[in-house]
Amino acid sequence: MLDALIQGILLGGYYAILAAGLSLMFGVVRFINLAHGDFAILGAYLVLFAVEVLGLSPWLAVAAVVPIMAALGWVLQATLFARTIKGGFLLPLLTTFGLGAVLQNGMFGLFGSDTKSLGNHIGNLSWASWQLPFGITVGQLPVITFAVAVTVLASLQLVLSFSKLGRAIRATSSDPEAAELCGIDARAVHRAAAAIAVALAGLAGAFLAMRALINPYAGPTQLIFAFEAVVIGGIGSLWGTLIGGIVLGVAQSFGATISAQGFQLAGHTVFLGVLGGRLYLAHSRSLGGWRAVLPMPSPPPKSATQLQQATSEGRS
Amino acid sequence: MTMLAVDDLVAGHGLLTAVRNVSLSVAAGEVLGVIGANGAGKTTLFRTLSGVHPAASGTIVLDGVDVTTLSPSRRVTSGIAMVPEGRRLFVDMTVRENLLVSGENGRAGAWSLEGVVAALPSLAPLLNVVTGGLSGGQRQAVAIGRALMSNPKVLLLDEVSLGLSPVAIEGLYEQLTGLKGRGDTAMVVVEQDLDRAMAFSDRVICMLEGRIALEGEPQVLGRQAITEAYFGLAHQEVTYA
Repeated sequence: MLDALIQGILLGGYYAILAAGLSLMFGVVRFINLAHGDFAILGAYLVLFAVEVLGLSPWLAVAAVVPIMAALGWVLQATLFARTIKGGFLLPLLTTFGLGAVLQNGMFGLFGSDTKSLGNHIGNLSWASWQLPFGITVGQLPVITFAVAVTVLASLQLVLSFSKLGRAIRATSSDPEAAELCGIDARAVHRAAAAIAVALAGLAGAFLAMRALINPYAGPTQLIFAFEAVVIGGIGSLWGTLIGGIVLGVAQSFGATISAQGFQLAGHTVFLGVLGGRLYLAHSRSLGGWRAVLPMPSPPPKSATQLQQATSEGRS
Repeated sequence: MTMLAVDDLVAGHGLLTAVRNVSLSVAAGEVLGVIGANGAGKTTLFRTLSGVHPAASGTIVLDGVDVTTLSPSRRVTSGIAMVPEGRRLFVDMTVRENLLVSGENGRAGAWSLEGVVAALPSLAPLLNVVTGGLSGGQRQAVAIGRALMSNPKVLLLDEVSLGLSPVAIEGLYEQLTGLKGRGDTAMVVVEQDLDRAMAFSDRVICMLEGRIALEGEPQVLGRQAITEAYFGLAHQEVTYA
């Protein structure tokens, strides 16, 4: 049991890296990228290409691919995504859905349909483990993945909180027009956010390929996991995505101890449970909440500014 | 010295032309008051000057440079800053961050965080407060400070006192009078309170249905003429085709 819990928490690190980019795109650019999972797989294939064809070491390959993915995100935002946003809420979904199909079939054409893995190239890291007290064994790769996730999220949080770019990103996500009136080029901020998001997808894909087998059509499944982590953790919150990823990872890990199919089933069930709970709470709140059924004088209504402050404190 | 020169500006929303052939100019250190009823085109004029609304025709020249086709952010870096209607603060960021955002991305110049807090003393105790929880007067002061942080040559203030308590308005105008006294920034101010607008402005324009109905120094024009222009009483000969 404890073993499943630890495995699940560590798996959550991978989901957090994947989901952070999705959450950033949605929070800052108000853009839902349905090709996010395919970008992860693309990143994985690029790392594999750098290792197998160019002969780079795996970690060097990851370090080289992340900036390439960032540049790809920047270019796509500048040439494609920004235009689709002007066309209403449906167009970005259709465009990225189509882009996902292009990426999947493009990778199929370039790299073939064989399942591949980076596991062969990282030596004994794929099975090496550390012995902890109380007879607990943790795999080194999951621990490294989790540590990278926490480091990436913490540095992203530092950038958002204390840097000029981070303030510009937060201002643009809060009110794009007011940000323009402060001299911020909102389109440049959106391009920066897209670059970070796609780079994070590529990084997540590299870790996926180290731990598991990938094929060109593996992206949509990863997208679903990323969405689930974002929804469980709350949209627009970096640490929320980590918590969401951990909850998802733990659920899957416990599900897998029950049966082989339980891995997917338990994850989806927890996601639907959280979603249902949220909807129920929102619904009952709109009817006055549980206090409404009690024969008591109702508490004074909170003012709008107090509510705003509460949510903003929750986000920061 | 003319800081902002607007010539024959036209702007509209679809079929509705909200700003019709407006020409105006403001000199450095001068305060131009814009008076007009709701729907007269004041806010659309301001949004067109700041660039968030496109101009259908006409030119906007800032300090000798044509900025008509620039994006809002490029206009800010050129030296036009607007305090928009409704303040539009970043409500989940602190006062300090709201000011810094504008200082980091606006035009380079003499205004600093310390300078703005000195000019708007009411901000001093609020720097680390999230702006979502501030009162209307405090928010307006932050919005003005945020605009100043971008070192504007021309400061556009839309609906300065709308929704504020009399005490807050008094405090705000004390601070604005201090700014005016520095004499380096041109200000264009929309103010619904006629007495306030006449007292604070060096010159006023009165807008009616998108046009400038009356322009001049408030004391020379007199309250009667301005009131008549406000309600369109002086323009009964205008025919509507």
